[in-house]
Amino acid sequence: MVTKQIGKPQNRVDGRDKVTGRARYAAEFSATDLAYGVVVSSAIAKGKIKEMDTSEALRVEGVLDIFTSENRPKLASYDSSFQDEDAPPGSPFRPLFNRDILFNMQPIALVVAETYELARYAASLVKVEYETEEHVTNFEAERTNAYEPEEYKSTPPPDPWGKPETALKEAEHRISEVYSHPSQHHNPMEMHASTAIWEGDGRITVYDKIQGVLNSQEYIMGVFGLAKEDVRVLSPFVGGAFGSGLRPQYQLFMAVMATLELKRSVRVVLTRPQMFSFGHRPKTVQQLSLGASADGTLEAVVHHAFAETSRFEDYSEDVIIWPGVLYKCENVKLSHKLVGLDVYTPLDMRAPGGTTGIFALECAIDELSYKVGMDPVEFRLKNYSVKDQNVNKPFSSKELQECYRQGAELFGWKNRNPQPRSMREGHNLIGWGVANGAWEATQKPSGAKAVLTKEGKLTVSSATADIGTGTYTIMSQIAAECMGLPIENVEFKLGDSSLPQSPLEGGSWTASTVGSAVKLVCEKLGEKLLELAQESDDSPFKEVSIEEVEFTDGQMRLKEDTSVAIPLTQLLKENQKDSVQVEAESKPADEQENYSPYSHSVVFVEVNVDEDLGTIKVTRVVSAVAGGRILNPKTAWSQILGGVVWGIGMALEEYSVMDHQYGRFINHDLAEYHVPVNADVHDVEVIFVDEEDQIVNPLGVKGLGEIGIVSVAPAIANAVYHATGKRVRDLPITLDKVM
Amino acid sequence: MTKISVTVNGTAQTHEVEPRQLLVYYLREKLGLTGTHIGCDTSSCGACTVHMDGMAVKSCSILAVQADGCEITTIEGLAKGDQLHPVQEGFKECHGLQCGFCTPGMIMSATDLLQNNPDPTEEDIRHALEGNICRCTGYHNIVRSIQWAAEKMKTSARALDGAPVSTSPVYASVNLNQQQQV
Repeated sequence: MVTKQIGKPQNRVDGRDKVTGRARYAAEFSATDLAYGVVVSSAIAKGKIKEMDTSEALRVEGVLDIFTSENRPKLASYDSSFQDEDAPPGSPFRPLFNRDILFNMQPIALVVAETYELARYAASLVKVEYETEEHVTNFEAERTNAYEPEEYKSTPPPDPWGKPETALKEAEHRISEVYSHPSQHHNPMEMHASTAIWEGDGRITVYDKIQGVLNSQEYIMGVFGLAKEDVRVLSPFVGGAFGSGLRPQYQLFMAVMATLELKRSVRVVLTRPQMFSFGHRPKTVQQLSLGASADGTLEAVVHHAFAETSRFEDYSEDVIIWPGVLYKCENVKLSHKLVGLDVYTPLDMRAPGGTTGIFALECAIDELSYKVGMDPVEFRLKNYSVKDQNVNKPFSSKELQECYRQGAELFGWKNRNPQPRSMREGHNLIGWGVANGAWEATQKPSGAKAVLTKEGKLTVSSATADIGTGTYTIMSQIAAECMGLPIENVEFKLGDSSLPQSPLEGGSWTASTVGSAVKLVCEKLGEKLLELAQESDDSPFKEVSIEEVEFTDGQMRLKEDTSVAIPLTQLLKENQKDSVQVEAESKPADEQENYSPYSHSVVFVEVNVDEDLGTIKVTRVVSAVAGGRILNPKTAWSQILGGVVWGIGMALEEYSVMDHQYGRFINHDLAEYHVPVNADVHDVEVIFVDEEDQIVNPLGVKGLGEIGIVSVAPAIANAVYHATGKRVRDLPITLDKVM
Repeated sequence: MTKISVTVNGTAQTHEVEPRQLLVYYLREKLGLTGTHIGCDTSSCGACTVHMDGMAVKSCSILAVQADGCEITTIEGLAKGDQLHPVQEGFKECHGLQCGFCTPGMIMSATDLLQNNPDPTEEDIRHALEGNICRCTGYHNIVRSIQWAAEKMKTSARALDGAPVSTSPVYASVNLNQQQQV
């Protein structure tokens, strides 16, 4: 019997359900009374609904009702009722609240019918007249009105340190450039969906696509004035989210509203174009000025970011903290301003702020290394930081140098000729680029429950989510190892608002946060089992402390004398217990306050650029990651690989194109919004360097959901420079920009 | 309403359907076969791929009435009882999935590929799956899963033919290569 589980390349415990079609997502739960809702979207970006004629749609046989701002039920009116766990400062969008139009494709009506086909057809018959007002969606035009928000959602810009302006002026080598990327959309494969089941007596059960069921539950309670016991939210499987499911989206509002009004179950699924009608990665423009001395010491950093937000909420993300995290520099000035547009509020998208800020910083650092005349790796290592200068604290651990060593060796970096356009194969120019990055390694408070039955089955649960990351699997592994049980005897439950509290799944903190709660609850279970054994006077465990026992092979036994052992099943049976149950709440240790916890990575990239056509192929990637303890090499490897491919998309393809005439994203489908496909991916190698961290959390894990993407786009941009001699500072790097 | 008769996963079905109903909605809503997912409605993503008369098709771009008289296989019909199809097994073993939403479509496309090309190269696989988008895995493990399945299917075929079966099947090394990197 193998009980060593942590660090094992365990197959996904949900793998079988997912390859057989048995895993059910939010739109796949049903009820005999199920009706179908289709959302009508606004055709203008700003103004008012003058008149909406639903009469023809209502005449379609099988249409049950049409909800608009005129006939909607009474809703909460305070902003606070609509503010969710991830809401930025401001006044959240309230669906169907009034006739005002705040952004294009705003939901303005819900058509509910007996079948999906009828609802979709009837929705096409709804006639809307608008009073159009002039909208502003042009970021550049509005940038002159950029402002510092009263309250930042992100870390507020730290005060400057040193004398940045003087140091920049006096530096031997300087660069000053502007870097930008467009709005991008998450586009998880599953479109946002909610199925609200009418349970009778005002009670509902909702299957929602969300990265945290408690966030949806709280939202429903606040907006519709329901009691906690009347709303249960479930989300056993989520078809990808990448941040798009952090906030309850409007399909949840619509499904719940219709269910409560019609007193029957309703499902609302957004269309792919409607997936472009809510949060996105904000378009961001960054001005970066760097100065270095003749010997390559980084002397000055001045970093100003301008990022898109909506007119109603001040969304901001950590764009400018990265110079202080990644490099040692005595003179730094940072600022972060927002540009308000008539769009929906942006939303955290995989490594929000990190991918953005690190892209600009790492391209600028590369440019400066060329000015100084140093190898880009050597230049970065010369200015290596041992503490986080933003908060003036040491890192809890940082094995970034080892990432450089192993990554460079595997990639063959020492063979690089620094001269741009120096490598070619036929009509393909070949370029090698590098970038490094970091991402926060946070632990948050979380609860967990553990139940051990007399049959030896352990169920551990927490109201967290698995958005494809592998939560089910790694939590089962942690519990199995802690209790010394085979993984087949362990079940982990999540995605249910009736389970113990857990934060949203995001920020790469789930392994750390929920993992720590699972470890703690299992330790408490162990203590309880020992107490149970000690109830009998002749127990060999009578006088021993918990430190003296271990759980292995389904037994509790003495560490000193492993022959003194009792199977857990026997322990429960002897004490006439059907099961033993404990709950626990884990919190970050106070000691963490003294440190800055981050994961780190270095990415080496090779690109081939067709000199005649400008097409770019990422032929080789080596991603070396210092991410603390690796719980499961299989899920970990897959996370980093997925992050690398997201980085390829960000660098070369992803671009939500705004048509300013209509104030609408026009490429709002998967044919026009390009994400990487199978043939875009070539050789990708992932290295996890050994990194021990006893501070970051009791497991020493750092989370891997975001560290995989952060360094990729700049490494590609730097490789494109090396191949072509052209610095492309505006993403995506499309063929027209390198021709 | 129009009456259609189809065989789905070996079971004959006859229903009155709206002429505008897409095959994917017929499968999901009428028959409750929700393993076939919808990811785009515009035939771009491949999440809804099923087999129609043995050929992979995107069920979001076919009307249910067009399937009249046809034989449909969905992800739910691929395994033989508890015995997974080698492609399903490959995706499970080689971690060819994360969130699992694109997985049924990927598997249905891959089984179609292997029917026509039992020994595909990596490039063959990447091109055959050009119509299936995955947003999580980065595709590498999907390719490995299909290589694993191809090898397993060849091994089983050799065993059925009575030919000697290698004791160290190549598919094991596909998996091992991956482990060495971590």
